[in-house]
Amino acid sequence: MDRVITTPLTDEVVASLHAGDRLLITGIIYTGRDAAHKRLVELIDKGEPLPIDLKGQIIYFVGPTPARPGEVIGSAGPTTSGRMDAYSPKLTALGLKGMIGKGSRNEAVKEALKRDKAVYLGATGGAGALLAQRIVSAKVVAYEDLGPEAIRELEVKDFPVVVINDMYGGDLYVEGRKKYERKGDS
Amino acid sequence: MREMDVAQVTEAIAKLVVDACTYLGDDVVAFFEEAIEREESETGRDILVQLLENANLARDSNRPLCQDTGLAVVFLEIGQDVHLVGGSLEEAVNEGVRKGYTEGYLRKSAVADPIGERKNTGDNTPAMLHTRIVPGDKVGVIVAPKGGGAENMSAIGMLKPAQGRQGAIDFIVDTVSKAGPNPCPPIIVGVGLGGTFEKAAYMAKHALLREVGSTNPDPRLAGLEDEIEGRCNDLGIGPAGLGGTVTVIDVFVEELPAHIASMPVAVNIQCHSARHKEAVL
Repeated sequence: MDRVITTPLTDEVVASLHAGDRLLITGIIYTGRDAAHKRLVELIDKGEPLPIDLKGQIIYFVGPTPARPGEVIGSAGPTTSGRMDAYSPKLTALGLKGMIGKGSRNEAVKEALKRDKAVYLGATGGAGALLAQRIVSAKVVAYEDLGPEAIRELEVKDFPVVVINDMYGGDLYVEGRKKYERKGDS
Repeated sequence: MREMDVAQVTEAIAKLVVDACTYLGDDVVAFFEEAIEREESETGRDILVQLLENANLARDSNRPLCQDTGLAVVFLEIGQDVHLVGGSLEEAVNEGVRKGYTEGYLRKSAVADPIGERKNTGDNTPAMLHTRIVPGDKVGVIVAPKGGGAENMSAIGMLKPAQGRQGAIDFIVDTVSKAGPNPCPPIIVGVGLGGTFEKAAYMAKHALLREVGSTNPDPRLAGLEDEIEGRCNDLGIGPAGLGGTVTVIDVFVEELPAHIASMPVAVNIQCHSARHKEAVL
């Protein structure tokens, strides 16, 4: 049974999430991928303010296709999260509570999730047309010059994700694979 | 000698890139339907249902299947009795990519200066163009948009001949294992055996064009493909990497003789959004 959660995320909600839980997210989330993360972390390193307040927020790693006239957004599925590993711990330290992407995170990110009480959520890679339907509105809020990599504020309704890494060290990629791994005969 | 204006190639490519990014092949759709019956994980089955819905939705609403509409890989099979006129063929191919990606609202994902500034070229050019001269007076155009996530998990090994068949299989399965959830499984595994460094990689890429479910005409390679598929599915990675019994859509192997000192093994991974369309001009 999918559980409905709303953003921003509170510590209580994050604490109640476990690897393998299936969620439907409703509320505001922000987009960001490689280039936007690089800029955010450059600002953090210089001690300068960020264009968005990360407290309690979720960042969705996505670079959508251009919207056709009349569309809210183009196709908008997750990109591979590992490329953001170098940046993510600095964002959770500032209060970021969730990330949505696909693919494995490194140990530093998993430690940061424990340290900062945050979660990593997986959306279905390659289901860009389907996921775009759950996005109600979209507007660029920073780095417009980055095109598909700009930071957008998305309003989502029943956006489907699975908890991959929780704040207790649970990892669905590891646990799920172990469950179905077959050794031996081949 | 048949004369053909390169503008025809431009038009064909512009249409094919959009079609490829929007309409998933019937072979892949049929695979999803079959795999839903077979996948043992409930979450895995749900992911496959989402992928099937996504394919239907993309087709019915003319939206790209995936936001990563890829670099434009183009294969041209040019008949040796064709005289191409009206300008540069390479520029005509790039013009087709430019037109298709811009007018078709596809994402432009090409960046220049890849280890430096990484500035978007703005129109998804250049095409990754492979040409081959073949008998006849036709031009075959194949367009295969290739996303970054799966391409990043691909690998080539210049193995030692002593490693033999088992060494090659282990390298291929290990590449799929290390890729885990990253390349959007279930995946197609394209393999190039032998040749030189670049030929092995080319064969691995070209192998991805084969029809899902087709049997390799060489029984030796067909057996190898089945063995690799079994080993990969035993990894337990499953749909979207969340655990399951369906990790691989298919395994396709191409082969060339190798140097007496070499045993190149290239593995090109294709995500489940296995997009390619072709036309004959």
